[in-house]
Amino acid sequence: MSSVASVHSLWTVAAGAPDRIPAPRIEYAQLSPTLIVLGAAVVGIVIEAFLPRRSRYYAQLLLSVVSLAAAFAAVIGLAAGGFGSSKAHLAAMGAIAVDGPALFLQGTILLVSLIAVFTFAERRLDPAAHGNRVDSFAAQPAAVPGGTAEQAAVKAGFTTTEVFPILLFAVGGMLIFPAANDLLTLFIALEVFSLPLYILCALARRQRLLSQESAVKYFLLGAFSSAFLLFGVALLYGYAGTVTYAGIAEVVSDGAKQIDPALAGTMGNDALLLIGGALLLMGLLFKVGAVPFHMWTPDVYQGAPTPVTGFMAAATKVAAFGALLRLLYVVLPGMRWDWRPVMWGVAIITMLGGAIIAITQTDIKRLLAYSSIAHAGFILAGVIAASRDGISSVLFYLAAYSFVTLGAFAVVTLVRDAGGEATHLSKWAGLGRRSPLVAAVFAVFLLAFAGIPLTSGFAGKFAVFKAAAESGAGWLVVVGVISSAIAAFFYIRVIVLMFFSEPKTDGPTVAVPSALTSTAIAVGVAATLVLGLAPQYFLDLAGQAGVFIR
Amino acid sequence: MENLIALLVAAPLVGAALLLCGGRRLDRAGHWIGSLFAVASFAVAVVLFADMLGKSAEHRALHQHLFSWIPVGGFRADLAFQLDQLSMTFVLLITGVGSLIHIYSIGYMEHDERRRRFFGYLNLFLAAMLLLVLADNYLLLYVGWEGVGLASYLLIGFWQHKPSAATAAKKAFLVNRVGDMGLSIAIMLMFTTFGTFAFGPVLASTGATGEGRLTAIGLLLLLAACGKSAQVPLQSWLGDAMEGPTPVSALIHAATMVTAGVYLITRSGAIFNAAPDAQTAVVAVGAVTLLFGAIVGCAKDDIKKALAGSTMSQIGYMVLAAGLGPIGYAFAIMHLVTHGFFKAGLFLGAGSVMHGMNDEVDMRRYGGLRTHMPITFVTFGLGYLAIIGFPGLSGFFSKDKIIEAAFARGGTEGWVLGGAALLGAAITAFYMTRVMLMTFFGERRWDPEEVHPHESPKVMTIPMIVLAVGSVFAGGLFSINEAFVTWLEPVTSFAHGHSPVSAGAVTAATMVVLLIGVGIAWRMYGRKEVPAVAPRGSLLTRAARRDLLQDDFNHVVLVRGGEHLTRTLVYLDHSLVDGAVNGTAASMGGLSGRLRQLQTGFVRSYAVQMLGGAAVLVAATLLMRGV
Repeated sequence: MSSVASVHSLWTVAAGAPDRIPAPRIEYAQLSPTLIVLGAAVVGIVIEAFLPRRSRYYAQLLLSVVSLAAAFAAVIGLAAGGFGSSKAHLAAMGAIAVDGPALFLQGTILLVSLIAVFTFAERRLDPAAHGNRVDSFAAQPAAVPGGTAEQAAVKAGFTTTEVFPILLFAVGGMLIFPAANDLLTLFIALEVFSLPLYILCALARRQRLLSQESAVKYFLLGAFSSAFLLFGVALLYGYAGTVTYAGIAEVVSDGAKQIDPALAGTMGNDALLLIGGALLLMGLLFKVGAVPFHMWTPDVYQGAPTPVTGFMAAATKVAAFGALLRLLYVVLPGMRWDWRPVMWGVAIITMLGGAIIAITQTDIKRLLAYSSIAHAGFILAGVIAASRDGISSVLFYLAAYSFVTLGAFAVVTLVRDAGGEATHLSKWAGLGRRSPLVAAVFAVFLLAFAGIPLTSGFAGKFAVFKAAAESGAGWLVVVGVISSAIAAFFYIRVIVLMFFSEPKTDGPTVAVPSALTSTAIAVGVAATLVLGLAPQYFLDLAGQAGVFIR
Repeated sequence: MENLIALLVAAPLVGAALLLCGGRRLDRAGHWIGSLFAVASFAVAVVLFADMLGKSAEHRALHQHLFSWIPVGGFRADLAFQLDQLSMTFVLLITGVGSLIHIYSIGYMEHDERRRRFFGYLNLFLAAMLLLVLADNYLLLYVGWEGVGLASYLLIGFWQHKPSAATAAKKAFLVNRVGDMGLSIAIMLMFTTFGTFAFGPVLASTGATGEGRLTAIGLLLLLAACGKSAQVPLQSWLGDAMEGPTPVSALIHAATMVTAGVYLITRSGAIFNAAPDAQTAVVAVGAVTLLFGAIVGCAKDDIKKALAGSTMSQIGYMVLAAGLGPIGYAFAIMHLVTHGFFKAGLFLGAGSVMHGMNDEVDMRRYGGLRTHMPITFVTFGLGYLAIIGFPGLSGFFSKDKIIEAAFARGGTEGWVLGGAALLGAAITAFYMTRVMLMTFFGERRWDPEEVHPHESPKVMTIPMIVLAVGSVFAGGLFSINEAFVTWLEPVTSFAHGHSPVSAGAVTAATMVVLLIGVGIAWRMYGRKEVPAVAPRGSLLTRAARRDLLQDDFNHVVLVRGGEHLTRTLVYLDHSLVDGAVNGTAASMGGLSGRLRQLQTGFVRSYAVQMLGGAAVLVAATLLMRGV
């Protein structure tokens, strides 16, 4: 009976829909960082269509750099204008939050992307293109690998300048992701930044089959996880009758006040909330690469062009953790006692799993992939703290980690032999003897990954563990420290390999990069050391940014 | 004004960074750069001093807080400076004498191809030493403490091509580690006791703390002071440290760094005042060392080692005075400053003699040098008169006060300490007269064919003259109306000691023992010809030549014992610790190898795992609620 009645009322409510639709109010100035980046991406597409091939590279590079810098300036402007603290509010009809965490994460993503653009644009490293200056991306991605079309494209010195607008689209999605304040915006942002990433993964110049395989894997698994996420969104809507974060949070804490007649059978049903919440979490845990949703990470990190891997490892993680934080702190704080134990478990197996499997890796990119999984576990420990310190420690960790990652992958692009990048670890033996500077820089990054004091890695890990311990998860910290010890083994092993092994006679050479990659690496080192030596200022900054608008 | 404090440390630090990182292109200007930064630091010190003099005594202390390094809970590691009268005294001494010695080194190190590096290390030393005396908490003091240890190590072993220098540097470093361990444990104890490292709160709350704790902290601080200031039982490194270039001996191992222990004890005065047992240990160490060093100084034929023995002995006086509490702190520091002048002058004089004698250090191969090096002779002579306590010169005022204060300790202890201090004064007069006579008087015992003694260049003699002026006048100047005591009183507090013998009697006794010491030396080395090869000597002489068997003792007890202990530990390490570690590592590796099998490379199996993971996640969430 009741179901018939509800179906009936659904029709009557739909029939009685309001006759006027209010025009949405959009605060363009407050959304300007995202709008600038997406606008520039559209302009980039136009450039691809109309500019001659030889001037596209410079135009795209200039456009990307200028737009990202302008967007960053806009973020700074908004933060200076108090939108991070006193004036924090919901923009675009409540779809997007403009608050401290959002601005902090957007600023981080923009800076990271800006540096990633430098590594994307590097054209000094690959010598095998008949004298043409080429970057890490395929000459003609649509051509069959190894086919005549590809050979012709290589000979002609083609490059894929489309990577710049594609990157900008991804960045645009990432900017919205941590700021999304309803579930639909969250989902759309997810797709907006995921799809360009799938494409970017397929564009490697060398080892194209591996690259394409990684892209297909990433796409399939990404689509699979999106389905889970979407299902979770549907269930939550069924539970709360709304997709806005604030609305769901209200139902979670106070129970449904007004039962939507169309959802009378489902609203307030806790099973829906729990299952929907778990599926939503799963979709986000997939993006951050937490165990057991991490399977894609090593394959994709290895196959994707290294600059893309660096960008993905750094920026995706920032965006996804931002969204995860907002979801847990804004939507689900009322059910903290339900999700925390589950997330404890996820954090533990992520830390241990990443660290343990990394021990037996032989490829530097796969090694860094497992390392990123372990780091996702460390960050989760801070996320679970469910305190203001937890938020700020995660924000700090993300900023610190993303620069280290980007720098480390930039160094990986430099070590090359005849087959392109020499990523097998055995080839890195004795690198410290032949190229002490490059090896020393890489050692700094590895020490930061391992969390050795005076690097940003230590400050970040310390902040995260401190927040976790203060929230009562002491044994989570114990597991974290044990994982760090296991992880230190393989980081230090690479250092030992570089500095204390005899160099191989047919070993790789270190390519001399242009100012672009050098800048990226230098910024990485500088950020690592500054955040390690004097972290307090940035911890304070993250602390001030650590309040979500509800 | 307080913003200038950081500049004191920053100037030499920048200099060190420039010189040590600048590479060969700075080789030609390196010594000028180094000296410039030292002098700049001195100039800032003078400005701050003038400003401080213009204020009333209570408002003279300045603070500068630069930043806190990761404050966590109650733990605060502050980079903050405190400039009060005590620190100011040290800053002036360090930068002043330091600048002079930088300038002197321009001449002394002229022919050394690693001169730039030498000046870099000297600047590094200045920065670390200034950090030590300017820190406003024990943790930062420890940074400076380790920094000067490092600089000392680098400079002792500066001529690392000589195995003896390399060994001496290592020895100094290792012996100092023992003391440093004391300081680090003392700081940890302070944190658990007081909950902070800052001087202010720590020293203010000694009244409310148990005496046992304070005694433990005091003894550990004393251990630290013994290491850095070469006091018995950690004195063995100082003699060997003379392997370093002579300006280093003058600056670090005579005037400044070795006095850091005295600074530490004086700065921690409140702790010692509240822990009488620790104070007794301090005076005992001081009294023993002042005799020990003096006896060693009597037997050495190496001019620098004789002076090193003397340094040990004079610091013994300071430690003794510092152990006497409020009746002694000010005199300890006063003697420290006057000693800084005359001992630095004596070392520079010794360096000047060596410079003119082809780096010969054996005094038995000197003799009659006064006519060949008149300026060195006069400045060295003034330093000599100052150190033996010739009436009117610096050492007279400062040492006399310490002897008086030692008597004022009261009871048997007072008589023993006073007697030891008097005896020390006699021996000081003896060995310094011996050095003077063997070097500048008597027949020449060198071959004029081989060596051509000559006066050093102006860049070396001018610093010597300046220091000689200080040696002559500083003590008198400080004693006018008790100016120095009044100046330090707000920091160290001061009480007049009540000596069982009158001040006049003490002075008279000092004069008598002085004359006895000089007289004996004159009989042995002035009237008789000095043999060019050392005679066998009595048992005591032979023991004193071997530094009173300190190395033999260390070797038998510590080295042998340590070797046995190490062997046992190595065995345990191999069998137990390594076994556990390797076992864990192997099992981790095995686990890793098994887990990576899950990574099949097939997207279908990945998807299944994700599905399984999602199912577990959902199930776990539901389970938590118990729905």
